[in-house]
Amino acid sequence: MLTIKNLHASIDGKEILRGINLEVKAGEVHAIMGPNGSGKSTLSSVLAGREDYDVTEGEVIFNGKNLLELSPEDRAREGVFLAFQYPVEIPGVSNVNFLKTAINEIRAYKGLDPMEAKDFLALVKEKQKLVELDGKLANRSVNEGFSGGEKKRNEIFQMAMLEPKLAILDETDSGLDIDALRIVAGGVNKLKSKDNATIVITHYQRLLDYIVPDFVHVLYKGQIVKSGTKELALELEEKGYDFIKEEIGA
Amino acid sequence: MANEILEEHINSDYKYGFVTDIESDNAPKGLNEDIVRFISKKKNEPEWMLEYRLKAFAYWKTLEEPNWAHVFYPKPNFQDIIYYSAPKPKKELKSLDEVDPELLKTFEKLGISLEEQKRLSGVESRIAVDAVIDSVSVKTTFKETLSEKGIIFCSFSEAVQEHPELIKKYMGTVVPHTDNFYAALNAAVFSDGSFCYIPKGVRCPMELSTYFRINASGTGQFERTLLVADEGSYVSYLEGCTAPMRDENQLHAAVVEIVAHKGAEVKYSTVQNWYPGDKEGKGGIFNFVTKRGICLEDNSKISWTQVETGSAVTWKYPSVILKGDNSVGEFYSVAVTNNYQQADTGTKMMHLGKNTRSTIISKGISAGFSNNSYRGLVRIAKGASNARNFSQCDSLLMGDKCGAHTFPYIEIKDKSGIVEHEATTSKIGEDQLFYCKQRGIDTEKAIGLIVNGYCKEVLNKLPMEFAVEAQKLLAVSLEGSVG
Ligand SMILES: Nc1ncnc2c1ncn2[C@@H]1O[C@H](COP(=O)(O)OP(=O)(O)OP(=O)(O)O)[C@@H](O)[C@H]1O
Ligand SMILES: [Mg+2]
Repeated sequence: MLTIKNLHASIDGKEILRGINLEVKAGEVHAIMGPNGSGKSTLSSVLAGREDYDVTEGEVIFNGKNLLELSPEDRAREGVFLAFQYPVEIPGVSNVNFLKTAINEIRAYKGLDPMEAKDFLALVKEKQKLVELDGKLANRSVNEGFSGGEKKRNEIFQMAMLEPKLAILDETDSGLDIDALRIVAGGVNKLKSKDNATIVITHYQRLLDYIVPDFVHVLYKGQIVKSGTKELALELEEKGYDFIKEEIGA
Repeated sequence: MANEILEEHINSDYKYGFVTDIESDNAPKGLNEDIVRFISKKKNEPEWMLEYRLKAFAYWKTLEEPNWAHVFYPKPNFQDIIYYSAPKPKKELKSLDEVDPELLKTFEKLGISLEEQKRLSGVESRIAVDAVIDSVSVKTTFKETLSEKGIIFCSFSEAVQEHPELIKKYMGTVVPHTDNFYAALNAAVFSDGSFCYIPKGVRCPMELSTYFRINASGTGQFERTLLVADEGSYVSYLEGCTAPMRDENQLHAAVVEIVAHKGAEVKYSTVQNWYPGDKEGKGGIFNFVTKRGICLEDNSKISWTQVETGSAVTWKYPSVILKGDNSVGEFYSVAVTNNYQQADTGTKMMHLGKNTRSTIISKGISAGFSNNSYRGLVRIAKGASNARNFSQCDSLLMGDKCGAHTFPYIEIKDKSGIVEHEATTSKIGEDQLFYCKQRGIDTEKAIGLIVNGYCKEVLNKLPMEFAVEAQKLLAVSLEGSVG
């Protein structure tokens, strides 16, 4: 589904990603871990198409398409979803209106008519339940005045509504209380299918107890320096990143 | 809902920029006493009306154009303007069939129906329309339905003929001819406009609306609107404006007066979309308007809502004089400027009565090379005990070549008065745009969404039909302003 080859990206002339290679197949869950500042959010921003970053080398193929050539909105319409580490507030625009716009834009891209109002409302109800999102939040302005945890939950609600092929969750677990963590992880699991894939970026092994990854990668200074299965996450939790630094002789 | 509308309009430019091919009856260019007499004669006015005009004209000659506003433009040459232009034929129209079909087409293009039947069978609401093209009212709908309730809704010139006692009693009482340069000019040369009177205790059963359209070239439009709400009455009034695209600047200097008697409530909404000029700042309407209402007696309320997207230069301050005790004044405004547009707009709230309240919500949006200023005065006079004002002025900037300015003036002469003022300036964030794009929403739509969200408090105050139109306009006006 997603193939990243030797991806280099920089911002203001400073190289942040220094040759990323990653292969994600449909049905898989990949976890990316790594110390602060190692480039995890940068990788997700580059995949989503944030214009601030310059891709200097490499390629990204998503379902046979050259992802880097697509505009951010077209990437989203092709099925790339990013749950933001820091979700953005849009005052005065209700969550529901925002999602309706998004859904209909994506449908238009696929040559479909706008969704019927009643189908849309039914979908809202269904997905709200899935992530146990307070009905009031769905009608409030996008993320405005939401608590940190509510914002994260709202990201997953949006993901549930948009049903992406590839979801990238950037530290969606941070700021969630234990119950919320379970609910959000449960939501992600329910949305999992053999046709879609998930990349979870996290600092905590705990999340991976709920969302069990097929692969775990360690990102360090803009490169994936180690990959393994979920045991790698346990090892990291126990030993910290020092052992990796030693291993790679950094 | 905003989005379907945005979708359909996102690629349209100024769509009202057509010229209608109708014959018109013009006054010669220029301004002097003879022109004033000419206009009055054309309208077959009584002597007192002519005297009023001449008095205003004499006064105007002593004045100089104001230059305190934060706008810069070539001063109009007042001798180079046609002060009277009426679409022919000028005979009294009894039915719609007699209206020039070209004219009907014009209003069709504007999405306004002059056919009562159509409106009646329509599912939504009914709106009575007074259509003013160039300087003349061409058609007022629903007159009969309204007159059953004693409501008078007609063109200003008709009111001068049919209801001289009301015109004499109220005209110039809120905006006297001595008020300012443009008000004096208007009093001298106004050719038409709308008049409305709601009798005691009547709630007007439909929205009343006037559509203004400038058509002929080289003309100025000087219309005059007078709205009187008698004791305990209610009316919601809408005003819409469009003009063709022309290279030269055209002058529009209107006067609107509102009188609210005891316990009366008037809601006045405007969607102003005069031609703003092209992307290089060529052409466009100079919109110099004086709008004021007076809460004459206790417990009355006047509320102004405006969405200003058009005009090359706007100079406009819809105000309320809160004379009656417990009276309420409101001003909700969205002003958008793009390309080389300039707007200096705001309000004055004059608290004279006790326990008077006013609210000001102003949302300025500037893009391109435009300049957008809020100018507001809150005055609490001595003896206006327990007066309250709340003002909120927000500015949104798109790009870094435009300007937003805020000039709030506050004068409190009564110690018990409380005035709260909040102001914010923000930029449309790259973060917000990227967030929308990541959800599949393109830039233009994202801007529409963000801007409509930003203006929500004001748009919510508009009647339904107008809110929809306003949302479209906001999106279209800001097209191409980012990226
Ligand atoms: N706009 C920017 N200008 C300069 N440096 C930047 C910019 N954005 C990111 N960086 C730098 O890029 C590096 C990678 O940042 P990134 O946000 O991708 O890290 P991360 O792995 O997501 O960290 P965290 O775990 O703290 O979320 C950091 O050193 C950061 O300071
Ligand atoms: Mg990060």
